[in-house]
Amino acid sequence: MSEIVVDGEPLPFVEGQTVAAALVAAGRVAWRTTRVQHRPRGVFCGIGVCFDCLVRIEGTGGQRACLVQAVAGMTVTTGEHDDE
Amino acid sequence: MSEPADLVVVGAGPAGMAAAVTALAGGLRVVLVDSGPAVGGQFWRHPPEHARVAIPTGDLHHGLREYLALCAALSAGRAAGRLDLRLAHHVWSAVRDDEFAVHAADRREAPRERPVVLRAPRLLVATGAYDRQLPFPGWDLPGVLTIGGLQALLKGGGVAAGSRVALGGTGPFLLPVAAGLAARGIAVVTVCEAADPRAWLRHPGALLRNPGKWAEGAGYAAVLARHRVPVRPRTAITGAEGGERVTSVRIASLTSDGSPRPGTERRVEVDAVGVGWGFAPQLDLLLPFGCELTDSADGNAVVAVDDGQRTTVPGLYAAGEACGVGGAPLAVAEGRLAAESVLADSGAAPALSRKSLVRARATVARQRAFARAMSMAHPVPAAWSSWLTDETVVCRCEEVTAGAVRAACAEGGAHDHRQVKQLTRAGMGWCQGRMCGPAVHCLAAQKRAYVPAERLVATPVTLGALAQLDE
Ligand SMILES: Cc1cc2nc3c(=O)[nH]c(=O)nc-3n(C[C@H](O)[C@H](O)[C@H](O)COP(=O)(O)OP(=O)(O)OC[C@H]3O[C@@H](n4cnc5c(N)ncnc54)[C@H](O)[C@@H]3O)c2cc1C
Ligand code: FES
Repeated sequence: MSEIVVDGEPLPFVEGQTVAAALVAAGRVAWRTTRVQHRPRGVFCGIGVCFDCLVRIEGTGGQRACLVQAVAGMTVTTGEHDDE
Repeated sequence: MSEPADLVVVGAGPAGMAAAVTALAGGLRVVLVDSGPAVGGQFWRHPPEHARVAIPTGDLHHGLREYLALCAALSAGRAAGRLDLRLAHHVWSAVRDDEFAVHAADRREAPRERPVVLRAPRLLVATGAYDRQLPFPGWDLPGVLTIGGLQALLKGGGVAAGSRVALGGTGPFLLPVAAGLAARGIAVVTVCEAADPRAWLRHPGALLRNPGKWAEGAGYAAVLARHRVPVRPRTAITGAEGGERVTSVRIASLTSDGSPRPGTERRVEVDAVGVGWGFAPQLDLLLPFGCELTDSADGNAVVAVDDGQRTTVPGLYAAGEACGVGGAPLAVAEGRLAAESVLADSGAAPALSRKSLVRARATVARQRAFARAMSMAHPVPAAWSSWLTDETVVCRCEEVTAGAVRAACAEGGAHDHRQVKQLTRAGMGWCQGRMCGPAVHCLAAQKRAYVPAERLVATPVTLGALAQLDE
């Protein structure tokens, strides 16, 4: 198994999974809070339509975790605010 | 492929694959674009090619023979230099000047993106659909997913989103998802189907003429029976509770108008939920062309096409769920007919034999009749909004509540989702109303078909990528 680095911690994934699939496989379904009510959010539609799953990848914000393929060593920062 | 293309196909699901293969067979040069990492679309969603041993999903699929045949034909087209396959390319806009220009962001090395313009005299849009959602209290809790989202994680990544899962909504799509999860050892604790199965009896013809659907349905039913998965007709998930993650759902029996039957509500413990109320067609690329739309029986506006899948804009064709939701076999047949029209309109000889053409037309007629019957038998319950409290979030992005939407209609005089948006910001966030649009539409204008808002771009692109384009 390869690993991505989520908020500084290694997270294993199976080659071919998206960042969202890797997070969900590790039992995480929330990785962001909403702007107004600060509610937890994670994956909802799974196909790039809802934008609930936003993360920062290699320093670039606004990335949909359900669309980006995990690559060994990729750095992912969660807690992405939706107004970024 | 160095020579100019004759056709760009956007979407490599069942419709786009079949269209590309038929156009290639007719001698055209084709560009096939999809945002995903593999061809197949939603129905034949697979992990990327190199990952299929590590993530086996063959057992979750149907119609794989057709899929493999289409894949083989696409490979042959690439080998012959006649097919330019662009995976991980997100199309954000398509325009027409003397030919079609399709603007895409190449995200093979995401988060880096590179702008690409694909040109051809003809454009075929086969962008499919996404799950239609109805809000309910707690639907924004982590662990509550769209039913398609559960399926996409399972088929694309081999991942189940929970270990005790409740499914709800309406339509035959609940069954393959329940069966897929159950077969992977997940406890599917309840499947709440809002419709009354007896409604199908009003459409016996559509059922009798589609034995394939029966067989597929019977297959799922057998899996569900083996795993003792209860499918409960005339029930709905009317609420979800939890904190950092969903921990339980409330389910209730429904009266004939879809309101919860008093006294029937009960709580079921879960750690994940999947909900879906049919699908909404993905029209983002089509709407800006101003092509004519038509109402489909499921309450969605869909793109209007002639019997050869031509839209009302010359050179622009559409196939699959963008023309009406009806499943993969319909999408494949429409893809073939669309490509035949492209061939005919380009002055090329037909690719399909007369017999195959007749067969594709018959499939389309039969499957559309089935889809119509399906949407009549699985309507959005009239009284669904009685599940909402004033605090229920309707627009997930801007966190606009049902109370605010209702006030916009009652006091603000809003009559459709566009006016509600102006008054409340519902539909103004990241997803541009893709999730809340159908629901806000129902709250504001019950009787008319849902026409999504026109969006400037079909997928957000970075300013950096746009700047590169100017250079
Ligand atoms: C999440 C989800 C899961 C589903 N799973 C099943 C299932 O398991 N079984 C079943 O019977 N039915 C399923 N369906 C129903 C499904 O829509 C149809 O069965 C079938 O896939 C429709 O085929 P299509 O070719 O019309 O569209 P799709 O299969 O949806 O293909 C459309 C393709 O277009 C691509 N696309 C869309 N917009 C763009 C863009 N802007 N740029 C680039 N590419 C784009 C998408 O990535 C997709 O690959 C599912 C639907 C959804 C939304
Ligand atoms: S989960 Fe909806 S966009 Fe990623």
